[in-house]
Amino acid sequence: MLSRVEVHPGRYHDSVRLMQASKALQGVDGVSSALVAMATELNLSLLEDMGFDMDAVVGIGPNDLLLAIHAESEEAIAAAHRALEEALTPNVVRSGGLDAPDPKTIGTAAKINGADVALLSVPGEHAFVEAMEALQEGLHVMIFSDNVPIADEITLKKYGLEHGLLVMGPDCGTTIVNGLGLGFANAVQPGSVSMVGASGTGIQEMCALLDDAGVGIRHALGTGSHDLSEDVGASSTLQALEALDEDPGTELIVVISKPPAAPVAEKVRRVAAACATPVVITFMGETTLEEGAGEVLDMLGRPRPTYESWEAPPRSHRPGSVRGLFSGGTLRSEARHVAMPLLGEIGTREGDDGHTFIDYGDDEYTQGRAHPMIDQTVRVERLAAAGQDESVGVVLMDVVLGYGANANPAAELAPIVERVVSAGAAVVVSLCGTSGDPQGRDAQASVLNDAGASVYLSNAAAAIEAARLATTRTSS
Amino acid sequence: MSDLSQLLDTEPVVATAGTDMLAASIEQQGSVVERADWRPPHAGTEKALAVLFSDDRMRDANATAISRMLAVRPHLVDIKVARDVFPGMTDRTFLHAGPPLEWDRASGPMRGAIIGAMLYEGLADDPDAAAAKAAGGAIDLSPCHHHGAVGPMAGVTSPSMPVAVVTDAAGDGVAYSTLNEGLGKVLRYGAFAQEAIDRLHWMDEVLGPVLSAVLRSRGPIDLQSLIAQALQMGDDGHNRNRAVTSLFLREIGGALVDGADAPIDQRAEVFKFIDGNDHFMLNLVMAAGKLGSDAASGVPASSLVTVMARNGTDFGIRLSGTGDQWFVAPAPPVDGLYLGAFTQEDASPDIGDSTITETVGLGGLAMAAAPAIVGFVGGTAAGAVRRTLAMYEITMAEHPAYQIPMLEFRGTPVGIDAARVVRTGVLPQINTGIAGKVPGTGMVGAGLVEAPMECFVQGINALAATMN
Repeated sequence: MLSRVEVHPGRYHDSVRLMQASKALQGVDGVSSALVAMATELNLSLLEDMGFDMDAVVGIGPNDLLLAIHAESEEAIAAAHRALEEALTPNVVRSGGLDAPDPKTIGTAAKINGADVALLSVPGEHAFVEAMEALQEGLHVMIFSDNVPIADEITLKKYGLEHGLLVMGPDCGTTIVNGLGLGFANAVQPGSVSMVGASGTGIQEMCALLDDAGVGIRHALGTGSHDLSEDVGASSTLQALEALDEDPGTELIVVISKPPAAPVAEKVRRVAAACATPVVITFMGETTLEEGAGEVLDMLGRPRPTYESWEAPPRSHRPGSVRGLFSGGTLRSEARHVAMPLLGEIGTREGDDGHTFIDYGDDEYTQGRAHPMIDQTVRVERLAAAGQDESVGVVLMDVVLGYGANANPAAELAPIVERVVSAGAAVVVSLCGTSGDPQGRDAQASVLNDAGASVYLSNAAAAIEAARLATTRTSS
Repeated sequence: MSDLSQLLDTEPVVATAGTDMLAASIEQQGSVVERADWRPPHAGTEKALAVLFSDDRMRDANATAISRMLAVRPHLVDIKVARDVFPGMTDRTFLHAGPPLEWDRASGPMRGAIIGAMLYEGLADDPDAAAAKAAGGAIDLSPCHHHGAVGPMAGVTSPSMPVAVVTDAAGDGVAYSTLNEGLGKVLRYGAFAQEAIDRLHWMDEVLGPVLSAVLRSRGPIDLQSLIAQALQMGDDGHNRNRAVTSLFLREIGGALVDGADAPIDQRAEVFKFIDGNDHFMLNLVMAAGKLGSDAASGVPASSLVTVMARNGTDFGIRLSGTGDQWFVAPAPPVDGLYLGAFTQEDASPDIGDSTITETVGLGGLAMAAAPAIVGFVGGTAAGAVRRTLAMYEITMAEHPAYQIPMLEFRGTPVGIDAARVVRTGVLPQINTGIAGKVPGTGMVGAGLVEAPMECFVQGINALAATMN
C-alpha cells in the first residue's frame, strides 16, 4: 500500500466542491482512501486519523490545499490525480444557458466544439492570421479565400508540414473528408478512391464522373489553386498524397490539377510513382477529367460508361463563334483543351476575337459579389448578351451543383436560355453534379433541356458538342 | 500534434470563419459546426498582426508570460514608510497613478491629490501655495508603476506615507501600494481638506505601525487565497472589496486583539477604521496584482498586457514584450452612477492604477462574481455574466485560483492579449470609481469604462516592430 500526501499552497476551493472531489478520488480503482481538503485544523486531524504521515504537512494552514491518498500502486495515484483535476476543473467552455457571446476568432470557435478542421473564407488579406492561429491550435486548415499573398501561403504550408497539419488552400474550393463536403462539394457515395486536387471544380467533376459510374469516394483533399506553382512546389499535394498512400481505406488515388509548373509536375510524378497505392494523374492540358475517370475505371476493372446527356431537338442555329461562360476554372481549362483542336485558338478574356471561354470565377469578375456558383448574376447577364450578339453561334456553359452551390441554378438560367435559343444561338450545358446532390441533378437537367439547351454530364463531351455545333454550322 | 491519419480516420469537426454559406452547407449535410462571428482586425493593425503570427514566437512568449503572471503567490509581509522602500525617493518625489505626467497636463483630481500630499508633507502651507510650487517645478512626479508600486485613483504616494509590502512566496518579486483611506473626501480622489490630511497623518502614525506589528506577530497574509475566497462571496476585487476586507479583518483579528505590540486604543482604532472601509483591501489586491504583472513583464514578443493605468489625463498600457514603453491615449469618460447631486458634468476622466486588477483577471473581468454591484451594468446579473463571458475572447487563460461560482467555478478570464483585442475589437471592461474634476471635490460616483482601442493599436504595432 502506497501513501501519498501533497500540499498545494494557496489553492482554494470551497468545501462542498472538495468533498465532491474526495468522493471522486475514493471511486478510483486502486485507491483505498483519499482526502482532498483545505488544511484546516479539523481536516488535519482527519488526516491523522486516516493514518497519514503528518511530517509532510508541518507548517501548512487553512489557505493551502491538501491531497492525501492511500493507494495500491503508482498507477492508481496517477489516476487519482487525473480524477482530482477533472473534479476541480470546470468542464464548461461555453457556460450553459448564460447567453455567452459568439466566438470571434477561429481559435475560440474551435475550442468550443473541439474542431480539428478550420474552414476559412474571410477576405484574403486577413486569412493568414486566422489560418496561422488555427494551425497553432493544432487544426488542419481549409482556406476558401483567394487573394492570399503567395509568401503567406508558403509560410502556412511550411508550418503545416512541420506540424503534421494539412493546409488546403488558399483558393481551395472543394474538399471532402470521410463524406463530409467542405466548400463546394458533391454528395458522393462512400468508397475507396481518394483524390488530391489543386482545383475545386476538377475535384467536383471527377467526383461526379466516378459517382455516376458507381465508384465511391473516400477523401477528396483540395490543396488550393496555387499549390502546383513553382513557388509553392506542391507542398500540400505531396503531403496529402503521402498521407493517402498510407490511408488503409484508400485503394486508388487521383491527382488533379490545372496545368502545373513543369518541374513541379515532375516532382509530383516522382512521388506518385513511389506510392504503394496506384495513382492516376490528371493534369489539365495533358488529359481530360473524363479520360482520368476512365483510367480509374479501367484500373478498377469497371466499364467506362457513356455519360448521360439530354440533347435538344435538332434545329438549325445561326453561324458564329462559341462563347464559353464558365464558373469553374478547371472546367474551362478542360473544355478549352478538348475544343481547341476542333475550333482553333480560343480566347480566355472578354473582348478577345472569335471563340472565347471565360472563367467568371476569376477574381476579375467576383469583386464585391459571391462566386458565380452561388450568385449567377454576372453569368445571367453575359448569357443574355450572348443571345443578342449576332457573332455568337453557340453558348457553352457549366452549371455546378452540390453543397454550397446555388440552390436552384436551372430556374434562374432557363428563361434566359429560352431567349437565347429563340434568338438563334445554340446552348450547350456542362452539368457537374451527382444524383445525390441537393438540387436534384436530373431535374435541373430537364429544366435546362426543356428551355432548349443540350445538357451533358461530361464536361469534355459538352465542349466537343459545342465545337461540333459551331463547326458543323460554319462548314455547312 | 495531430497528423494526417487522424484527419483521415474520422469525420472532421469543423469551425468556420467567414461566409455563413459554407457553415450552413456543413449543417445541411447533418454535421455540426461552430461559427466564429469574425470581423476584420482594427484598421492599422493588419500588417503588425501578420508579422506577429508569422511564427510561434508570440504564442510561446505569451505562454511564458501568462504562466509567470499566474505563478506568483502574493503575501502581505509588512507595512513600511514610502521613503524607506523606494530607492532614490527624495522629499520632493511624488509618485502618481498612470503613465508619466507633468503638472501642466494634470487633471483636477490629480492636482488636488498632489496639493493634499504637499500639505501633508509640510511642503506648503495652503492649497494655493502648494499649487504654485508644484507648477514651479518644486516637486518631481513619477509614475507608481516605475517603482514597483500602484496607487488607486490619483495614486499619489509621498515619502511619509505608509506602504504595504507584498512579496512573492513563490519567487523574489515585491510590490507596493499605499493604504486605503476610505471613501468620500479622500486624497486619492483629489480631496485636500483638513480631514483628509488629518487622516493621512493618523495612517502613518497609527495604522501603518499597528498593521506592521500585527504582521510581525501573526506572520504574512496569503492575499491570493483571500481574493479567491472573496470572489466566491460576491467581490470583483475592484469596485467591491467588502468580502475580502472582512476576510482580512478575520485574518488579523487574533493578533489585533492580543498579539500585536501596540496600545489597545490604537488597535481598536485600526479595527474600526478597517471595519468602516469596505475598500480597505483594494490597495492590497492591487499590490498583489502588480506582483503578477511585474513577474509577467519583459518577455520578448509577448502581447500580454501587463499594465493598464490612467492618470486622469491619459490612459496608458504596457505590454510584456515592449518593456517599459507606454502606449497612451486620452483617458475616456466613465459611464457611471453618481453620488448625491453629482452628474457626469462633474466627473474627471478615468483615473487610477486600480486597473491593475483587470490586468490580473479581477474587476471588470470578474464582474460575473459580483451580483451585488450589477447596478453598474444595467442592473441585471445576466448583464454581469455577459461582461465576464465576453472577456474570455481576449484573454490568455482562466485563473486557476480565482473562480466564479455562477460560471460553474470557471476561472476568471486572465491575461489580456493585445493581439486579440485588436483582432476582435473587444475591449477590456473596467469597473472603476469616478473622481470629481474640480480639485478638492473627492469621489462623485462609480461606473464602467473601456480601455481605449488606440493604446492597443500602438502597442501591437510597437510589438511587431521588435520582431526584426
